[in-house]
Amino acid sequence: METSLSYFLGIDYPTWWFLIVGAVFAGYAILDGFDLGAGSIHLFLKKDQSRRIALNAIGPVWDGNEVWLVIAGGALFAGFPVAYASLFSAFYIPFMLFLVLLIFRAIAIEFRSKEEMKWWRNFWDIAYFIASNSLSLLLGVVVGNLMIGLPLDERGNLVGSWLQLLNPYALLMGFTILALFVMHGIIYLLLKTEGRLYAKLRILLNRAVLLFLSAFTLASAYGLYTYPKLSDDLQNSIYFWLLPSFGVLSILSIPQWVKRRKFILAFISSALGIALMLGVLAFELYPVLLYSTIDPAFHIDVYNAASSQKSLGTMLLIAAIGTPLILGYTAFVFYTFRGKVKLDENSY
Amino acid sequence: MDVEILARIQFAFTVAFHYIYPPLSIGLGLLMVIFEALFLRTGNRQYEQLARFYTKIFGLTFGIGVATGIVMEFEFGTNWAVYSRYVGDVFGSALAAEGIFAFAMESGFLGLLLFGWNRVKPWVHFVATLMVLIGSMFSAVWIVVANSWQQTPTGFHVVGEGLNARAEITDFWAMVFNPSSVDRLWHVWNGSFLAGAFLVLSISAYYILKKRHLELSKKAFKIALVVAAVFSLAQAFSGHSSANVVAKHQPAKLAALEGQYEDSDDAGIMIFGWVNQEERKTIGVEIPSMLHILTHKERGRDTILGLNSFPENERPTAINAIFQFYHIMVGIGFTLIGLSLMALYFWWRGRLFEKKWLLVIFVFSALLPQIANQFGWFAAEMGRQPWVVYGLLRTSEALSEAVTAEQVLFSLILFFIVYLFLFLLFIYLLNKKIQHGPEDLAARNYADAPKRSIKGIVS
Repeated sequence: METSLSYFLGIDYPTWWFLIVGAVFAGYAILDGFDLGAGSIHLFLKKDQSRRIALNAIGPVWDGNEVWLVIAGGALFAGFPVAYASLFSAFYIPFMLFLVLLIFRAIAIEFRSKEEMKWWRNFWDIAYFIASNSLSLLLGVVVGNLMIGLPLDERGNLVGSWLQLLNPYALLMGFTILALFVMHGIIYLLLKTEGRLYAKLRILLNRAVLLFLSAFTLASAYGLYTYPKLSDDLQNSIYFWLLPSFGVLSILSIPQWVKRRKFILAFISSALGIALMLGVLAFELYPVLLYSTIDPAFHIDVYNAASSQKSLGTMLLIAAIGTPLILGYTAFVFYTFRGKVKLDENSY
Repeated sequence: MDVEILARIQFAFTVAFHYIYPPLSIGLGLLMVIFEALFLRTGNRQYEQLARFYTKIFGLTFGIGVATGIVMEFEFGTNWAVYSRYVGDVFGSALAAEGIFAFAMESGFLGLLLFGWNRVKPWVHFVATLMVLIGSMFSAVWIVVANSWQQTPTGFHVVGEGLNARAEITDFWAMVFNPSSVDRLWHVWNGSFLAGAFLVLSISAYYILKKRHLELSKKAFKIALVVAAVFSLAQAFSGHSSANVVAKHQPAKLAALEGQYEDSDDAGIMIFGWVNQEERKTIGVEIPSMLHILTHKERGRDTILGLNSFPENERPTAINAIFQFYHIMVGIGFTLIGLSLMALYFWWRGRLFEKKWLLVIFVFSALLPQIANQFGWFAAEMGRQPWVVYGLLRTSEALSEAVTAEQVLFSLILFFIVYLFLFLLFIYLLNKKIQHGPEDLAARNYADAPKRSIKGIVS
């Protein structure tokens, strides 16, 4: 597959596509991150009215947010089919659980308020809560494993049991991402609520920020101590200092913005925090997509995993046409439903 | 059981379950666009009432459709890793286009469609509904393109050998407009419109029989009847043209659809029949010479190959199943034409809503397009076997190497339980919405809607 590379603005197509896939995953994390996070605190809201407001805050947008995952999966499949095939078959069981949780969550949102019975609503509330938390956790586990690499053989297949994917570092990373999304989700809800619910969310927010900072510190310390690959990178590149530092700074600024009631700035700060954290992953990976812990020769990188230059070119064009459209109507929907939530007969 | 069978069962099961919903969403979308257009044009609030009512049912089908749809995208990678590597260059770009152009569009505007009734002006809501319909029709485009490429691959070349072989696009538009994609797309669209139209017919017939929402239901019934008549007739033509593509490009599949074992230079078609796979022959009621006539072949000179002319490993095996699925689909197609034309006749005679027996048939008619859609796909996909990409990649060679039978069995059982639960829930809530019926709009007034600032768009 040694073909000559095509370039656009001095950057080769596979790298462009790496940037696009990365941007779409970051977009997914920022958008679905807040509605997953809003779901993660669902059971902490005690009154039915509060739960409905929280659900309807994400009501008109969660479905559109989830589509970013479909696009991200499609972008990975299209741009790097080899990496897509290896990643998805290696994570067979976790991804199947992910799918089932995703289905349950969608159904819970859709169906919980359709009946008045207390047991009905409780059942879906619990399903929604568990699914939201587990989904964030699983996403973090995937991120953790990408950071440290997978035991892949020369055909890109996982060697050994899938249970090794649940290693301590990946789990710590899972909790970090979970805490990050919870924080992000609470900020989104602050934009949408008022009164006592709002006051309660402010208390929850401070706890979430603390939770994130401790999970992040713990995961980083454990990772640097256990995996030479990570500590070497820290010594060799300034970016591994800069990106996380800015990320943490951005998140530390959140309580200040909230105190001044600048919720949009708080939301932007946490979105920036998420993007910078994923930036660390991107720097850790590029040009590799999947590290093999068995032999560096088995790494799957953007060049040996890429589709043909012609396909990548076509898809760059598709992305160039599609992105402004998506951003346009996403913005319009968010604008239409801006402001505090009011329940009406179309609500969940 | 081995991984191949389990993985095939799992994909078939998850995709068949998924395919209950998207055709309903596309079909109901069309009906809702018509209702809203009539409301905008006439100002008659009854059309708005209908649009609002069907929006609620649409929300139900759409939600399940999205949730079950992500599953297949994941399964390509989890269960069919070799296939994903092989077709990634081709299939992946269609899938990416689908996500970017179609899914984002439908889901973006879905929020407005479901929750925007009291937030935006009626014409903006109409545009949102139209966008959701167009988005859902677009998503059918890309999926059908990708699947049609698997049936009749063009516009690519194969790079590498053995396990490392993969198809790369040489001509994007040749890939998109491969020989079967346009015909099959029409067929899928028509099938979806029929699924939606017959659901509206069924619900309306039910209300008329129960003497509830009479005026509203009669309006809805007539509109849906026109849609049903148009698209059931169109479906006969698209089916014919689709079958011709099969005859030209997939001769082994054609032979399986018709259960024909011997070569023939004057082939007929079966109305119904039974394939005896051991004795390699098919018995049933046959119209002589019809296959030659329909496929534009000259009788006595052109030969249509039978299954015996293909090596055992280059033709499908489950011939009777393919034969039956295909024939039931065709039979239902003609039944739908008959039903619609009969109802149109009674409408013309002014006795449409007096015919109780006809309304009872219509109550159950919603199942027919669903069955036809499912069986049509079964015939199309089983008829493609043993290939996953026709003539290029065998299904047995397309599996993930790293995945074991136990893992697939586990996920298969998991999906089975979840989907069973989901289906019961869907039926329960659908029934509940139907029993509840359309909302009375008398009390509603647009002046009550919250004041918003973009002039002319947000009310």
